[in-house]
Amino acid sequence: MNLYAIRAIYRFEMARTFRTLMQSIASPVLSTSLYFVVFGAAIGSRMGEVGGVSYGAFIIPGLIMLSLLNESISNASFGIYMPKWAGTIYELLSAPVSYVEVVLGYVGAAATKSVILGLLILVTARLFVAYEIQHPFWMVAFLLLTAVTFSLFGFIIGLWADDFQKLQVVPLMVITPLTFLGGSFYSISMLPPVWQKITLFNPVVYLVNGFRWSFYGTADVNVVVSAAATVGFLLVCLGIVWWIFRTGWKLKS
Amino acid sequence: MPPLDATISMPDAIVSVQGLSKTYKTGFQALKRVDLEIRRGEIFALLGPNGAGKTTLISIVCGIVNGSEGTVIVDGHDIVRDYRAARGLIGLVPQELSTDAFESVWATVKFSRGLFGKAPDPAYLEKILRELSLWEKKDSKIMTLSGGMKRRVLIAKALAHEPRVLFLDEPTAGVDVELRHDMWQMVHRLRESGVTIILTTHYIEEAEQMADRIGVINRGELVLVEDKHTLMRKLGKKQLSLQLQTPLESVPEGLGEWPLELSDDGSCLTYTFDAQGERTGIAELLRKLNALGIDFKDLHSSESSLEDIFVSLVRSRA
Repeated sequence: MNLYAIRAIYRFEMARTFRTLMQSIASPVLSTSLYFVVFGAAIGSRMGEVGGVSYGAFIIPGLIMLSLLNESISNASFGIYMPKWAGTIYELLSAPVSYVEVVLGYVGAAATKSVILGLLILVTARLFVAYEIQHPFWMVAFLLLTAVTFSLFGFIIGLWADDFQKLQVVPLMVITPLTFLGGSFYSISMLPPVWQKITLFNPVVYLVNGFRWSFYGTADVNVVVSAAATVGFLLVCLGIVWWIFRTGWKLKS
Repeated sequence: MPPLDATISMPDAIVSVQGLSKTYKTGFQALKRVDLEIRRGEIFALLGPNGAGKTTLISIVCGIVNGSEGTVIVDGHDIVRDYRAARGLIGLVPQELSTDAFESVWATVKFSRGLFGKAPDPAYLEKILRELSLWEKKDSKIMTLSGGMKRRVLIAKALAHEPRVLFLDEPTAGVDVELRHDMWQMVHRLRESGVTIILTTHYIEEAEQMADRIGVINRGELVLVEDKHTLMRKLGKKQLSLQLQTPLESVPEGLGEWPLELSDDGSCLTYTFDAQGERTGIAELLRKLNALGIDFKDLHSSESSLEDIFVSLVRSRA
């Protein structure tokens, strides 16, 4: 294992985050705060409890998930897309590193950023509403698992993309709609019966509900299914990355 | 004609390329069964016109492009099966000025060393940066540097992990004279420290001045591999030009035994001869001219440069 390489990539990526601190950390925290002001404080104050907690508290896990998914994908996809775009990828390809080391460096850094961000949002939320975390261990586990899985997914998007538009299209056109429709802001029991069934096909429902369960002990779906689905997606992403590096798809001619 | 030393396997080859072919997805065949052995510690220049396959060859050895057929062994390590050991020995300075624009010089060089699996060694990196006159710029962002400075940064990155084999893909393209000379000096210093250097270039004078051996690649085929001096001797031609006092209408019959050419205006006689020949026949030619009463006011002899040799090689195969 080339540990120096993993460290070099990880540090390089983290340095990029701190260089673009406003963009990487501050702006998601700001936008999430705005969600709390609008949905939590302004609208939420006129709504009753959902699943036994105040509406403001109810949306916290969903909001964190929303940021976590988007940031994991964009951090990781940008991280690997930039060397491709700038041409500096030659160095990575000519280095004595395996795909495992490359993934650990890039995905590790992207996931670290997302987790830092998720925790910052959690702290920020405290300024607006009171909440409790019933299963802190599982909360952290879900946070890490989701960050790693979606960073890996973002890494694949970054490898696949050959222009900036492709880089944006999945987060904008797929992830954001799925997150909004995935029960971040409502319980799926609020939906008409037909939509309740349809919603179950949305993978984000399982992520949000698993995470929410770690906070309040209640969920619309089985938490074991949530964890299993996330781990399953993680394995699929790992398989794809392994295949990409083995074949050199989009990387080597 | 097969490459001249394709069949001879040198015991001390540090890079050994055998039967290497590359066909891109578009169907373009960039390399056609190339055999090449690079000797430990030499400076090898790979010459060839644009699109000849120079960069493809280097890219395969370095792991950036997959070869279609054939094997490459670097100091005993297969570049595919034993890629870690092979790549760890190689440094690459690419042709394109691809840099991390927002990084500092120091950070990018440090990154390169780590990426190649070497423990941090600030003193060594400082030495490289000083040698490349980059030390003053170590905290500057790469985007603020000039093109020549960026080229130096790429060299520093390639040297950061102390490679034993250094590939320089057109290192002096678009580089000013001063930097070019600095680079030549650096290449010689590296060679003295035991680093094997393989460079591609368009500047034939560069190969002529620096290389120990020269390979010529054209249309994916290695046309020739030869010791530079041998090559110059083998293929070199000399010319003797005589500026005549009085123009001639044609080459006099008495001079029939020499292959002479008369310029269009009849004022210049050119004698082309093999620089290798035991007897050049110059003395005799001059005596004969004297006997025929042909006076000349000036004479000038020239030797064909590597460039002439290269052009004639590539042309003859076009």
